[in-house]
Amino acid sequence: MITADPKGVLTGSHYLDGDHAVAEGALAAGCRFFAGYPITPSTEVAERISARFPLVGGLFVQMEDELASMAAILGGAWGGAKSMSVTSGPGFSLMMENLGLGVMMEVPTVLVNVQRGGPSTGLPTLPAQADMMQARWGSHGDYEIIALSPSSPQECFDYTITCFNLSEKYRVPVLLMMDECVGHMTEKIVIPKAEEIEIEPRKWFKGSTEDYLPYKPDDDMVPWMVKVGDGFRFHTTGLTHDERGYPVMSAECQKDNVGRLVDKIRSRVDEIVILEEEEMEGADVVVVSYGISSRVAIPAVERARADGMKVGSLRLVTVWPFPENRIRELAGQVKAFVVPEINLGQICLEVERCAAGRAETILVPHAGGWVHDDEDIYQAIRGGAK
Amino acid sequence: MTADKKASTPDPKHPMEHLLRMDRMPHIWCPTCGLGTIVTAFASAIEKLEMSLDDVVVVSGIGCTGRVAGYVKTDSFHTTHGRAIPFATGLHLVNPKLKTIVISGDGDLFSIGGNHFIHAARRNVDITVICVNNFIYAMTGGQVAPTTPLKANASTMPYGNFERPFSIPYLADSCGAVYVARWSSLHVRRLTTAIAEAIAKPGFSVVEVISPCSTLYSRRNRLGTGLDLMKFYHDNCEIQHGADTRDLDIGFQEKIIVGKFVDRDRPTYVDSMNEWYGEVFGDKYESYEGSVK
Repeated sequence: MITADPKGVLTGSHYLDGDHAVAEGALAAGCRFFAGYPITPSTEVAERISARFPLVGGLFVQMEDELASMAAILGGAWGGAKSMSVTSGPGFSLMMENLGLGVMMEVPTVLVNVQRGGPSTGLPTLPAQADMMQARWGSHGDYEIIALSPSSPQECFDYTITCFNLSEKYRVPVLLMMDECVGHMTEKIVIPKAEEIEIEPRKWFKGSTEDYLPYKPDDDMVPWMVKVGDGFRFHTTGLTHDERGYPVMSAECQKDNVGRLVDKIRSRVDEIVILEEEEMEGADVVVVSYGISSRVAIPAVERARADGMKVGSLRLVTVWPFPENRIRELAGQVKAFVVPEINLGQICLEVERCAAGRAETILVPHAGGWVHDDEDIYQAIRGGAK
Repeated sequence: MTADKKASTPDPKHPMEHLLRMDRMPHIWCPTCGLGTIVTAFASAIEKLEMSLDDVVVVSGIGCTGRVAGYVKTDSFHTTHGRAIPFATGLHLVNPKLKTIVISGDGDLFSIGGNHFIHAARRNVDITVICVNNFIYAMTGGQVAPTTPLKANASTMPYGNFERPFSIPYLADSCGAVYVARWSSLHVRRLTTAIAEAIAKPGFSVVEVISPCSTLYSRRNRLGTGLDLMKFYHDNCEIQHGADTRDLDIGFQEKIIVGKFVDRDRPTYVDSMNEWYGEVFGDKYESYEGSVK
């Protein structure tokens, strides 16, 4: 780990909304190339970046659409920059094409989705958490992805930096799955000094040009990276490829290539995953939540505890890869999981899969447009505790 | 006897070996396809410019021409269908000193990638686009393209094409490209010069290359062999430098106007940005020369 370049770090206390905090997180993480397209409720990120970049040596470009934005940030990353884009549901759908290219070419980059109600144009100005499965499975083919979900402007800042660090370490596009509430919620955030911010450097190849194989995995299954113009004259493709980056159309190569893309993340889930747990000891019911819903659940959890129920709280900061082991472990100890989410059942399916019938999984759905009434969460906890 | 003869013959070396990924030969293109000639013209242009190959990056989309990136010995990217230009835009903008070159086909650049083309031209991003136009989607088996001439047959226009095609030079000109030329794969020397000029030109430059597809376009339209198509270019291409780009439509087996049509100066995207921010921010602004040190 190295520390942040002070040029981009706005050290001090600020009163910012989540979108602006993401922009500052990106600047602190060293992001210097941003390509995006306006879309509510994410636009403020692009606006702040466009205002801040010219004086820190960064380049902001507003592209013609989200297809182009996603392609451009992949190009920018191969050029050697830390790159990012920001969008919401409709744009996220368009970005799925080149998100897959990013996975296949193993490009470190960050993509933020400030979720709004869908499908289609849906509810542009109102919250949802309904792109969570799209984040996992939205691009075609088999792959693994990393996605985090912040619940406050401070976390938007902190976890944007984490997203950049994870993308460099695992060479995969990392998603920050926000929601309109967190994006537009204004709170105090504290930006530390640059020397207190840890940055994962790019996994630069140190050997000679003759020895370089773009997709030869290191011990951690992640290949070394170079940038354009350094004389390696490498080739990379979205086609299934061998260690040279050359296309090979065979089942064997597909197994090696895609198998490694999946395994480099799947085999290190516990190392990647960030969870926040509270009062799990002896809990009968565990509320599993993420993003804004984890904050809405707090009064319901506190009320249930005041009523004498044993309620634990498990907050998924990392939603993908899913913390399967922890849910499996808990399933043998608790009666029920309660999953409030602003969709009609997405992450609860993962909880249910891992619980495998050993504990009940109770969804507290919300179709989007607002957050839950905490009464609904409370009633679900009560039902689970019986 | 045969064995002796073999042993005495020196290994034939391809004259462009240092510019090509010989470990990927033979390539996948059909006999008589124009792409081999066009790649040679591109490699010759790089040599002509006396540039280090380390400073050149090639980005391709998907299709027959999309495979060019896999055969040239520069840093090279075989991206997604239609997205070579925005990918190249990102690469160029973080490192404007590189010569960023997009080589792709007519379907890739002007159908699925059409929106990216017009905006890159409008912004005058300093990249060069070499569009290999074979009038058809060849990799997928001969479907109609946005460049297929009226009346020409395609597998998804089995009774002949009734959709009006794009004129690539007209589109490029009207969107603001600073350099626009059209040649065919027969015009090797002029094509090489055009590619070199386009690469050397600051701003968004476009070279359209009319190229034979004897496997699909020619066969479907009963135009004969690759050689017949080259003869057709020989007899029917008319050089008109500086021709009005409104007059460059290509009809089915009709005259093809070739030449250099546009060569003008406009500030590039990065130049415009530097000039404007210099004015706005004064001394506080450090001229942008790339975000990677």
